[in-house]
Amino acid sequence: VTDAAWETLSNQAVAVCGVVYFLALLSHLVEWSALRRLPVASQATVSSGQGADGADGGVAVATGGEAVDEEAVRRTAMFGRLGLLLTCLAVAVHFVALVGRGMAADPNRVPWSNMYEFTLAGTFVVAALYLALYRKLALAWMAPIVVGFVVVTLMIDVIWLYDPVAPLTEALFSPWLVIHVVSAIIATGAFTLGGICSALFLVKSRAASKPTGYLARVPEPAVLDRVSYRLHAFGFPVWTFAVLITGPIWAHQAWSSYWNWDPKEVWAFITWVVYAAYLHARSTAGWKGRNAAVLALVGLATLWFNFIGINFFASGSQHSYAAPVEVLESAATPRG
Amino acid sequence: VSTSTRPAGHVDTPPERNPGELNLRELIRWAWRQLTSMRTALVLLLLLALAAIPGSVIPQRDVDALNTSRWQEAHPDLTPIYEKLGLFSVFDSPWFSAIYILLMVSLVGCIVPRSFVYWKAMRAAPPRAPRNLTRLPDHATYRTDDGVDDVHERAVAVLKKRGYRVVTGEDGAVSAERGYLREAGNLLFHLSVVVVLVGFAIGSLFGYKGGVILVVGNGFANNLTQYDDFVPGSLFSADDMEPFSFDIDDFDVEWLEDGPSQGQARAFTSHITYRETPDAEEEEYDLKVNHPLTIGDTDVFLIGHGYAPVLTIRDGNGDVAYSGPTVFLPQDQNFLSFGVVKAPDARPGQIGLEGLFYPTFINIDGDPVNVMGDDRNPTLSMSVYTGDLGMDTGSPQSVYALDKANAEQVMNADGTPYRMDLQPGQTATLPDGLGTVTFEEVVPWNKVQISRTPGKLIALGGVVLALVGLLGSLFIRPRRVWVRARRDDDGTLVEVAALDRSGGGDVSGALADVVADLEGEPPVEQEEKT
Repeated sequence: VTDAAWETLSNQAVAVCGVVYFLALLSHLVEWSALRRLPVASQATVSSGQGADGADGGVAVATGGEAVDEEAVRRTAMFGRLGLLLTCLAVAVHFVALVGRGMAADPNRVPWSNMYEFTLAGTFVVAALYLALYRKLALAWMAPIVVGFVVVTLMIDVIWLYDPVAPLTEALFSPWLVIHVVSAIIATGAFTLGGICSALFLVKSRAASKPTGYLARVPEPAVLDRVSYRLHAFGFPVWTFAVLITGPIWAHQAWSSYWNWDPKEVWAFITWVVYAAYLHARSTAGWKGRNAAVLALVGLATLWFNFIGINFFASGSQHSYAAPVEVLESAATPRG
Repeated sequence: VSTSTRPAGHVDTPPERNPGELNLRELIRWAWRQLTSMRTALVLLLLLALAAIPGSVIPQRDVDALNTSRWQEAHPDLTPIYEKLGLFSVFDSPWFSAIYILLMVSLVGCIVPRSFVYWKAMRAAPPRAPRNLTRLPDHATYRTDDGVDDVHERAVAVLKKRGYRVVTGEDGAVSAERGYLREAGNLLFHLSVVVVLVGFAIGSLFGYKGGVILVVGNGFANNLTQYDDFVPGSLFSADDMEPFSFDIDDFDVEWLEDGPSQGQARAFTSHITYRETPDAEEEEYDLKVNHPLTIGDTDVFLIGHGYAPVLTIRDGNGDVAYSGPTVFLPQDQNFLSFGVVKAPDARPGQIGLEGLFYPTFINIDGDPVNVMGDDRNPTLSMSVYTGDLGMDTGSPQSVYALDKANAEQVMNADGTPYRMDLQPGQTATLPDGLGTVTFEEVVPWNKVQISRTPGKLIALGGVVLALVGLLGSLFIRPRRVWVRARRDDDGTLVEVAALDRSGGGDVSGALADVVADLEGEPPVEQEEKT
């Protein structure tokens, strides 16, 4: 198989997984719109994934006496399962796209050397992490949001960030590329899922409880807060490892100084500080709950801004992934 | 006038203070409490994040001096204001330092007392079982035929096996606690943050960072005079510089021949020989990106490369006014390079050259185009200036810029600007009897960065410890379990309760596990009998 064939395979796989994600999203939307008509207590699928986190997926508001349409319950359950199945399929194809991207390069490499590839890998981790934790954290309620997020981000990736396969620039050619970037991407995935929980926490704690509708089936705020905390508690050490251990080690090797206050580093630091504040806020009176959730969302905003946005704002970042330019800039220091 | 309305004795006591009025000592104590409170620490953390933002948006002098001066030239109105606010070196500015120093004080002020509390808690026995275990939010009860003492004995064994610290109370009830290391992890994390900052501070106070552009074939000895740019830490002393030296013997670049990045450099290697001290043996090393040379505390990095055309300028009198390689600075990824050559000693007039170097030149419809970075068809295309190049004023001047204030461009006879296009070996004769310029050959240059960062291992060790502490503080679950058995008419009633002190754990699951163990097959002794 030639490199060009791998690249074509990768591009086609991205298109296919985009379509399958979209079908999964449709399926979940059908599921949830059908669920609107059913009182919460009667639906089985959504709260079925009870795990260690115990509490029911939905609010136990049994509107007793009302006849429940068994057929409708069965149908919504089917669409829920179909959506999950399609998501699994899409994640598998997504993985093929990543492998193809890596195989298309000469020499073969890990597929994260530019924005397109980072985003491809980042969305993959978000989707895969969601599937991996689906049972353990009872994430069924999250399905339409996660799948919707992945579809939208993939579209942005393909439309605006696409780059043809290119060999690694000299500065990226290091084993630290694998360790540093993979940990950053995993942390990004965990923070993203945690952020979704925090957002829903805020929405749910404000909304009046209704017996039907999407929000009624989202777990209680206390559960959302705990799931969010667990995701962040997983993401934070991984982020620390990526940003404050492997990053500086690699920076020291490639750029002669372990901390350069490069824009990307500054924002990674900002993200770290905000998430540290989140973890503290969760155990501080007066900051628990709402403020902590807001901090988590601020953290998520800085994270994704750093992931994509900063590349367009700050010129001369050494993380701009167009390595030679930065070398020239620094070579041109005036001398007397 | 009578003062009898005043109660006797009141006169001697000081006047009563208004509520909210504090004396100095109380004020200090109040301020200290505020500073070391979690709320203040949170606000300071967020301030730190906020304060770092300008550092990523405004070019920083210590990060990119060239970009900073360009920005300053483009924004003459903002520059003085920004300068006053320290916005060109945010991370050294007083306000940024103030935030992180306050944060550190707050952190230490919080951690030290907590360490004492923890030290006591470490050695304390698990607290006695509350009178009514079923009042706790997570509790369970079950009945058994075993005796009260048997149940308690088994509870001790089960909980000990699960890593709990166990004591038996006066009424026989069992108290157990585990997860003591969570707080240790927490303390370790915060102390490590201080260690990291100390390591970082050592590096920026005692270290230095400098760069030099060396034409291949030349050498370098590590002393201040040899650097092109040099940023010392505030407590740096030149005596700390390791006395090494090296020569760049050869330089290889591997170019991409095809694909989307065609024409760009893939790998470059500098072959150097170095001595750690003037008397040491000569050793060889291949300097590459991501592959620095470490000598003692100092690291030598290859961070860039380019071309230096070798020119010989003879003036109108036939004397050599300039000869040697001149560093040209790459302008793009294909190494189209810009440079100037100055021959202030040329007579009758000074000669200044300014123009571009094309590593692989081709002519497309009359337009000069550079195809790639490899020097396959090296070509120089330069304009010529004569007059006063401003080099006798004594003030320092960039070697990469020509001062054209008092110089004029050399013209052809027809009044168009004169331009000389040269390939290696060719000589151009300048108009007006100024002299000749010979393009001898082109040699590569390397940009070498040299930095000494003492304390980097302290910082690294600090971060690793911080991570270990973080893992402990996030994932160790401090938990208390109590078991009490009571004899009644129907047998033995066992009450079990659990309490999670971290507020993130799954208490009910842990409780269920303990109960299952208590009810199920007894652990050690019974198993041996069967």
